[in-house]
Amino acid sequence: MNSNRNLVPPRDFVSTKASLPAKHTRAWGALGAGGLLWVSCWPVVSGAVEFNTLQPAQSTLVFAYKQMNVPMEGRFKSFSAHLHFDPAKPAQGKATLEAPIASLDTGSEEANDEVGDAAWFNSKKYPVAHFESTTIQPLGGNRYEVSGPLTIKGHTRLVSTPVTVSVQGNRAVFDGSFEVRRADFSVGEGTWADFGTVANEIHITFHLVATP
Amino acid sequence: MKNNQPTPRSEYTAMAKGLHWLMALGLCSLFALGLYMADLHLSPWKLKLYSWHKWAGVTLFLLAWLRLLWRFTHRPPALPGHMSPLERLVAHCGHALLYLLLFAIPLSGWLMSSAKGVQTVYFGLWPIPDLLTKDKALGDVLHEIHETLNWLLALTVAGHALAALKHHFVDRDEVLQRMLPGVSGKSTQ
Repeated sequence: MNSNRNLVPPRDFVSTKASLPAKHTRAWGALGAGGLLWVSCWPVVSGAVEFNTLQPAQSTLVFAYKQMNVPMEGRFKSFSAHLHFDPAKPAQGKATLEAPIASLDTGSEEANDEVGDAAWFNSKKYPVAHFESTTIQPLGGNRYEVSGPLTIKGHTRLVSTPVTVSVQGNRAVFDGSFEVRRADFSVGEGTWADFGTVANEIHITFHLVATP
Repeated sequence: MKNNQPTPRSEYTAMAKGLHWLMALGLCSLFALGLYMADLHLSPWKLKLYSWHKWAGVTLFLLAWLRLLWRFTHRPPALPGHMSPLERLVAHCGHALLYLLLFAIPLSGWLMSSAKGVQTVYFGLWPIPDLLTKDKALGDVLHEIHETLNWLLALTVAGHALAALKHHFVDRDEVLQRMLPGVSGKSTQ
């Protein structure tokens, strides 16, 4: 919901690269180097699995908006995510998400023909929407507040979203939704800038399924 | 609801006339608007026109129900005595077709909106339930049906108007006149 704050440059997460082998990195020995190195210690193994392989076929990224006060729904037909989530160390998780504008389905065929235009997403220049988590705050139970910069059409805004995580056997499901304002990202310029036709608020809902 | 008389009236009620001309105006405007807006390039203006078209269409649909109710509770004047059985048959079929289209056309538009995944929200305030789930192919078919029914209506209305003119100028009876506002004095209530 905090899509409006101007972006503070993302705090750098050390060791965000995908492939830290969770099962083997016992990095306690590195502690001697001092507290600063703490951050690099994750993910620490606790026997738990880390879920980091997105299952695209089971995952969805949809958005809802109003057009002449008519509820419309669109989605990204394809997107990729790099997830690192160890249920034992949730706050040390990390998520990056990339959604190609070319895969955007607005819910209207006519609008799909235009959505890459300069007034909308200018997909030639900005082909991908990008989110990267910088903090994951436990909210109690299996709920977390995930925050980080969201970049669309060259504009970056800090967004936060509540996420509910449920681990079912060998898969983890991440569900959440948040709202952005298209004007913050200059999406819909010129004649489309008026919110009377296409509303400013865009409600994004994600359902991400990941396996170890 | 008064005067549900067994004997035909000699004139239309003010309500019947009002509904007739209001819907005539509405249908002609919506027909023209529909033709115009369908070929527009996508723009906020186009989205507005589509919404207005739907709102007006819902209004005409409601008026059609009112009109049908009025028709069943207020018997219209009889056809002139000089008409042949064939002419009477054509007149009745024409009127039945007009009534049918008054319902079929908005209904096809409603179904089309549902199938195309753009719900109708009356005046931007009241969502009208979708009758179908989103289905692009079905939406395209319903688009064709909506358009075809409208051309059929245009033809029927043209025949209706020509028939009225024939009554007035050739048969020289009162059929056209008795639908004109304020011509027959008594029933303007």
